Amino acid sequence: MQKNFPDREGHFGVLGGKYVPETLMDPLIQLEKAYRSVRRDPAFRKELNSYLKDYAGRPTPLYFAKRLTEEFKGARIYLKREDLTHTGAHKINNTLGQALLAKRMGKKRIIAETGAGQHGVATATAAALLDLKCIVYMGEEDIQRQSLNVFRMKLLGAEVIPVSSGSKTLKDAVNEALRDWVTHVRDTYYLLGSAVGPHPYPMMVRDFQSVIGRETKKQVLEKEGRLPDCLIACVGGGSNAIGLFYPFFKDNVRFIGVEAGGLGVNSGKHAASLCAGSIGTLHGSKSYILQSDSGNILETHSFAPGLDYPGVGPEHGYYKESRRAEYVTVTDEEALEAFHLLSQTEGILPALESAHALAYTKKIAPSFKRDEIVIINLSGRGDKDVQSVALRQGVEL
Amino acid sequence: MSRINPTFDRLKKRGQSALIPFIMAGDPDIKTTEALVLGMAEAGADIIELGVPFSDPIADGPTIQAASHRALQNGVNLKEVLHMAERLSGIDTPLVLMTYFNPVFRYGLRNFAESCGRSGVDGVIIPDLPPEEAGLWIGEARKVSLDTIFLIAPTSSSDRIRLVSRYSRGFIYYVSVTGVTGARENLPDDLEPAIKRIKEQNKKPVAVGFGISTPEQAKKIGLLADGVIVGSAIVKMVEENLRHPELTLKVKDFVSSFAQALKS
Repeated sequence: MQKNFPDREGHFGVLGGKYVPETLMDPLIQLEKAYRSVRRDPAFRKELNSYLKDYAGRPTPLYFAKRLTEEFKGARIYLKREDLTHTGAHKINNTLGQALLAKRMGKKRIIAETGAGQHGVATATAAALLDLKCIVYMGEEDIQRQSLNVFRMKLLGAEVIPVSSGSKTLKDAVNEALRDWVTHVRDTYYLLGSAVGPHPYPMMVRDFQSVIGRETKKQVLEKEGRLPDCLIACVGGGSNAIGLFYPFFKDNVRFIGVEAGGLGVNSGKHAASLCAGSIGTLHGSKSYILQSDSGNILETHSFAPGLDYPGVGPEHGYYKESRRAEYVTVTDEEALEAFHLLSQTEGILPALESAHALAYTKKIAPSFKRDEIVIINLSGRGDKDVQSVALRQGVEL
Repeated sequence: MSRINPTFDRLKKRGQSALIPFIMAGDPDIKTTEALVLGMAEAGADIIELGVPFSDPIADGPTIQAASHRALQNGVNLKEVLHMAERLSGIDTPLVLMTYFNPVFRYGLRNFAESCGRSGVDGVIIPDLPPEEAGLWIGEARKVSLDTIFLIAPTSSSDRIRLVSRYSRGFIYYVSVTGVTGARENLPDDLEPAIKRIKEQNKKPVAVGFGISTPEQAKKIGLLADGVIVGSAIVKMVEENLRHPELTLKVKDFVSSFAQALKS
C-alpha cells in the first residue's frame, strides 16, 4: 500500500472523487490548484503556523492520564488534548487553514455546515479574525440541542441559518450549504468541516488536521522514547481521527476508529457508516454511507451531534478496505458513562463525540500489556454538552 | 435505439425548438404521473423528462425538493419508475430519466442501463455525475444505445465544455443559471454568448434548463437553443393542485401554452 493518496482525481482506491453538479466542477478544480500552491508556499505555512501557535494555542499537550490508566487496568493511556485549543475542539486547525486559503483566493463570503456547532464556532472565529462574512447552516434539531454554540456563533458575528429539511441535522445542513455554494460559487468559499465531500476537501482537511498526529508523534517520542502501540479516535466524518492517524500511516501503530452506535447497531438507530453501511455516493464523494435498498440516505441517530451523520470520509473507507484501521462502535449509553468517568477521574469534561473513543478504550485497554501505550484523541471539550446531559438526567439548569 | 436525435432532427427541419417538460415521478403518485406524461405528450411535449425521487437532491431548489419528498413518502423508488416507464413505452414521445447517482449506483450500473433499455427509456441525466466519474456508466449506457446527457454550467471552462460535449449523447443540457433548480422571473443576460460558446465546439443539440417559468421566456430561449426544459414551474402547478380532480387537464393546458409559444 502506498502513501501517495489520493490520486490526481481525488480517489482513495475506488472511493473519493468528485460527484457534484457541473456548476461546482470548475470551482473545485480552481480550489485544488489554489490549495496545492499554498501548500508549497513557505509564507502561507509560516502564517498558518503562527496562528496555530499564538492564536489557537498549539501545540496541545499530550497528557498521561494516570488515574484513567489505573482505572482501565491495561495500557498506559495518553490523551491528546485538542479540547484545550481555542474554541475547544480540533476544528480550529482546519478552519484557520481554509479561511487563510479563502482569503488568498480573494473570497469575501464564507459558508459552513455544522452539527455539534464546533465547526460552526471555529469557522465563525476564523472569519472574525480574518474579516470575512460568515454564514453557518445548522439543522433545526441540532440548534435545539446545541443552543450554547448557536449563540456563540452569533456573538462571533456569524449568521446561523436553520435547516428544516430531512432529518434536520448535519446531513441536511451540508445539503443546504452545497445549494448555497452552487448559487454563490463565484464569491463564496465553502469551508467544509470534516474530511468528507468532493476532492480536494478530504485531502485538504486531512492535511490541516495532521498537525494533531505530527505533534503527537514528537511528544510521545519525547515522553516515552518510542511510538505508541495504538491510536483511538471517534469517527463521524472522521477529521480528528484522520488528523491523528495519517502521520503514523507507515508506522507499526494500530489505528482504531470509533463510530456512534447510538441505541445499538441492531436497533437501526445509529450513525455507523463504516461498521454497518455500504459503498455509495453522498455529498460529493464515494464512500461508506447508510442507505436504503433503493439508494436513499437513511436517517441516523447519535446523541453526539458531531457524529450524527450518515457518511464518512473516503480515506477512512480506504483504511477499512485495506485493513489499515479497525472500526468499531459504542452506544450512547457507553459514551455517556465514559463522559462521567473522565470527568470524575481526571477532572476533564470531554465532548460526547470524544467520549466514544474513551468508552471503547475502556473496553479494549485490558487486552494491552501494562507497558503498552494507547493514545486517545480528546477531540473536544464537553461544555457544549452540559445542557443535553443535564436534560437526559432530568436536571433543570 | 434512442429516439432523441431523430426528434431534434425533425424539429430542426421545421425550424423549431424542442419542448422538454419535467415532472417528478410519483408526485403525488405513480398513477397520476402516468396520466401527466400522456397528457403532456398530447399537449405538444417533444421529449419528456421524468425525475426519480432522492432523499438528498443537492442540485434542486425548494419546489423539486418538496416534490421529491412527496414521492418518497409514497414509497416511490427507481425500480417503480422503471416499471412505469415500461408501461409508457407505447407513446411516441422520447423519455429521459433524471436521477441522482446514488440510486443508480445502488441499483447497479449495468442493471440500470439494461432496465432502461428494456423500458424504452431514451436517455439519462445524472446531475451529480460529471464525465470524470462516468466512465463505467458511459460504457454500460452505450451497450444498450441509451443516451448519456451531461450538463454544462455558466461556470464551465472551455476545457470542460469540450469534455462534456464529447461524452454527451442525445443533447447537452445547459444550466442557464449558477444555482439550483427553480422558477425565476428573469433570464440571465449572458445566455446568448454562452450557448454560442457551446455551439462553436460541437454540433450536438443544446437544451436549456433551470429557471424557465413562462411561455414568453421559453419562446426567447427557443430562438437561441435547440430545446427548452421547463421543470419547477410545472412541478409547482402539480403541487398547487395535488388533490384537484382536473390536475391532468391543468398541467396539459399549461404545457400546451409553452408548446404554442415555441411552435408559433
